[in-house]
Amino acid sequence: MPENMLNAPIVVLVDRTPEGIPTAGALALVSVARALTSAEVVALAPGGLEPSASAVLAAAGAARVLVADLDGREAVAAVAADAVVAAVRSVRPAVALVGSDYRGKEIAGRAAVLLGSACASDVGDLEVVGSELRASKLVLSGTWSTTMTVSAQSDHTPVISVHPSAVEPASPAAGEAEIPVEPLDVPLSAEAAAVKVVSREVSDAAAGPDLAEAQRVVVMGRGTDGDLGLVHSLADPLDAAIGATRVACDEGWIERSAQVGQTGVSIAPSLYIGLGVSGAVHHTSGIQGAGTIVAVCDDSEAPIFEMADYGVVGDVAEVVPQLVEELARLRG
Amino acid sequence: MKIVVCIKHVPDVQSERRLEEGRLVRGEDDVLNELDENAVEAAVALVEELGGEVIALCMGPEDAEDGVRRALQMGADSGVVVSDDALVGADVPTTARTLAAAVSKIGGADSGPGDVDLVITGMASLDAMTSMLPGALAAALHVPALTLAGSLEVSADEATITRSTGTVREVLSAPLPALVSVTDQANEPRYPNFAAMRAARKKPVDVWDLGDLGLDAVAEAGIAVVDFTERPAREAGVIRTDAGEAGRELAAWLVENNLV
Repeated sequence: MPENMLNAPIVVLVDRTPEGIPTAGALALVSVARALTSAEVVALAPGGLEPSASAVLAAAGAARVLVADLDGREAVAAVAADAVVAAVRSVRPAVALVGSDYRGKEIAGRAAVLLGSACASDVGDLEVVGSELRASKLVLSGTWSTTMTVSAQSDHTPVISVHPSAVEPASPAAGEAEIPVEPLDVPLSAEAAAVKVVSREVSDAAAGPDLAEAQRVVVMGRGTDGDLGLVHSLADPLDAAIGATRVACDEGWIERSAQVGQTGVSIAPSLYIGLGVSGAVHHTSGIQGAGTIVAVCDDSEAPIFEMADYGVVGDVAEVVPQLVEELARLRG
Repeated sequence: MKIVVCIKHVPDVQSERRLEEGRLVRGEDDVLNELDENAVEAAVALVEELGGEVIALCMGPEDAEDGVRRALQMGADSGVVVSDDALVGADVPTTARTLAAAVSKIGGADSGPGDVDLVITGMASLDAMTSMLPGALAAALHVPALTLAGSLEVSADEATITRSTGTVREVLSAPLPALVSVTDQANEPRYPNFAAMRAARKKPVDVWDLGDLGLDAVAEAGIAVVDFTERPAREAGVIRTDAGEAGRELAAWLVENNLV
């Protein structure tokens, strides 16, 4: 057995697009699991997968794919959690991993109660030390970091929600063999089945990268005056997700789902660029995991300059177009 | 309608929060978790509309009663504090099972919600920020969970929420009894006036321990904090004041540092 690896399977919940394609975050999570165990990584797909998906999952490191037919209801966290519980009971893995968005965290908490096991959320780093799994995360608005040992026991499988943005998803290897896709029977609990989806719409923001998983994030603050076109002009060529401060959401400039911070999404991109963001603690508590912080803001007293790796005191309407033009030139 | 609102007494986010021996230091500058004020407001407003009673439930050290008193000032009718040395450092599933047992006792049942129609929580506690408790508590109670409500409507037998999570906007409903967690978008918490503060002093608060709930000692958590470090504050880096070239300079810096 290779050093510093578990010797038991890991189950990974694979989120998918409406077309049945695994999300980039899901593939990154499979890669994370692949690096942790010498045994099988089992991908759990709630709902159907597009036929090519199993090869993509194999390339990312999965050895098996379980597909649970949840009658299109996997968006309900309790339904997806029931699928995780069924997969854990079938595979008996050392640990189950889910993405660390709100749904993933709810799934982890619910599944852990049903399994009689432990859970952790917002984990940024996982490693095996000896035969023990160690999970690290930032707490108290990113001012402290903690490391937990997770006793990976197959009779009480811990469920952990992980931010996959720290890992680059494996690029699919050419000619990778297809792996078996097996149906998984999921007994739905009455309380999960009782949640009725009256209506559901996916916003336009879904076109870009997912905020919680993105490697680069451009954030729209008060100082952008609601100029979403300006924000897109920088975010799109960088393949960055667009986030926002609470003020920008309150103003109705952008969907509430874009809100980053204490009551919004916590993000851990390698690059954060704040446009017209002053840096109130309610916002900056959600960006402490960012690798590099860049801020453009016309208020030289803005608190974000105290934490920015690179700050520009200036008018976003002048700085951003020049930045975009120069980036296009430098990157060819 | 019988509504249990779950609240938490947490260190003020503006205070100097820290860990000692892997555990959050409590009891110095604690307040009712700001996001739970929305849960209390939602519960009190529903009872004003539909009739019934609101019971504020809090697990924590004994001084967590202060958080319950705040909920009583905001209009809750009575309070319960679950406090036991064995619960110090309890993880999410343990907390969920303990709160579920307390809800059952309030509802007059051995398990499940009994005659409690609705459990309302905030979206997250500002100490641990896991957001996992509402779903875990619903699982322990075997009731449907409607989480992260941006708005909430309740009839005699059904709860309906609208919410916006990730890239999805949706309307969800479930039959009562159910659990609902609310975001800070759901309402504007009321500020208690003098009369409400005075009235709150006369409202009953029970203090229960694990024995009162018929629970044994807490099981091995399976996850233990082994290392905890205060991170150095992020330091200010390069700051440029735009003199007409800042966009180009920033582009060059991003490219030089392989960030784009």
